[in-house]
Amino acid sequence: MSAPVSVSLRVNGEPIDALVLPRLNLADFLRENLKLTGTHVGCEHGVCGACTVRIDGEIVRSCLMLTVQAQGASVETIEGLSDSGEIADLQAAFRERNALQCGYCTPAMLMTAQDLLKQTLVPDRQTIREHLSGNYCRCTGYQAIVDAVEATARTRAERPA
Amino acid sequence: MKAAAFAYARATSVVNALELLAAHGDRAKVLSGGQSLMPAMNLRLLSPDILVDIGGLAELRGIAVRGNVLVVGALTRHVDMLRSPEIALHAPLLRDAVAHVAHPAIRNRGTIGGSLAHADPASELPPCVVALDATVVIRGPAGERRIAATEFFKGIYETALSPDELLVAIELPVAGQGSTFFFQEYARRHGDYAIVGLAARAVVAVGGFTDLRLGFFAVGDRPLLAAAAGKLVNASVTPALLAEAATALADELDPQEDQQATAAMRRHLAAVLLRRCVAALLARPELEAGAAT
Repeated sequence: MSAPVSVSLRVNGEPIDALVLPRLNLADFLRENLKLTGTHVGCEHGVCGACTVRIDGEIVRSCLMLTVQAQGASVETIEGLSDSGEIADLQAAFRERNALQCGYCTPAMLMTAQDLLKQTLVPDRQTIREHLSGNYCRCTGYQAIVDAVEATARTRAERPA
Repeated sequence: MKAAAFAYARATSVVNALELLAAHGDRAKVLSGGQSLMPAMNLRLLSPDILVDIGGLAELRGIAVRGNVLVVGALTRHVDMLRSPEIALHAPLLRDAVAHVAHPAIRNRGTIGGSLAHADPASELPPCVVALDATVVIRGPAGERRIAATEFFKGIYETALSPDELLVAIELPVAGQGSTFFFQEYARRHGDYAIVGLAARAVVAVGGFTDLRLGFFAVGDRPLLAAAAGKLVNASVTPALLAEAATALADELDPQEDQQATAAMRRHLAAVLLRRCVAALLARPELEAGAAT
């Protein structure tokens, strides 16, 4: 009953093999086993969005995914996106616009915003709000976050390819 | 919270999944996208002994047109339906509805089969398949069976599925000439579960309905195919007739009261959606303004 299961996946490009209990969700695996604590755990039932990570290039809730379901998958966390420089401009825009206060929602907010900016060149504010609607922020009132995402989109659009 | 301990089996085929379900009966739960199951388990509302993970079964994926039927595999994700040209062409109601389902990160994992088998009375896809007159394809130990979507939903989180059966696909009649669709819901915020919603399919000819299927949701223990729609078919739709249909609708509804809305508020909103829907489908905005009841 509920014996550990072996799982192989990639996390931020690095191959990982582990033996985990089926009940271990991916958020806890990243935080507890791999010490990647940039992925935050808020509500643990898919509402707050703080645990958002990328699986095979698509954002998902890591609290609603079992580690064993990530077999064969490529997981990217905020550490990966940050270290690669992929979101350096977005991070700078958040800092400049004060788009965070306590910072708890920020890693997942960046993850979700980057997901939108990859799909839509210059989204309007309504589209930004809708895309971020599954990520709660209890500090900022969202205005500054939407500003930072909008500013990043504009800068990227103006940048020569 | 964290889910209670359970055993895990990764199904290697539909046949293998059925064997696992036969062996474990109602102590097992099927895991597809997990976007409703995992929250329920994390909240300890459910603690199955074993999860049968069908997520890797390629045979349950994909959207295909076969003759006049659009076949949607059970593991088709919400995001797949949003992007599918076949869905946009043949069942745009599903695309419109999916845009209201939760948020992008949830839509990247959640599946149509999971949503229908879960049968949350406030979720968007069940009323769509009812309004679209879909057929649910089920496989079990005795083989395959088909059941009309209107017969599939039995109550809150209850369906016609037995514990040893698997929902494998949805079959939808392709949208014919003159078909039009309407989807709207009231929710506190975009992406929340609906307070009241309506998914509708109609055939409009010379200014009236020759067919109208109204699938209301979050107004009872399962999606409701409103009989009141019959009053508006093959008839000259006047404000008086629409008011009559709204009264008939109110009699059919059995809404629950919860922290989001009273039963009376749900009845009111359902009538508002009915008027809005009819006005939009017939392109007669004046009908929406009709007597507010």
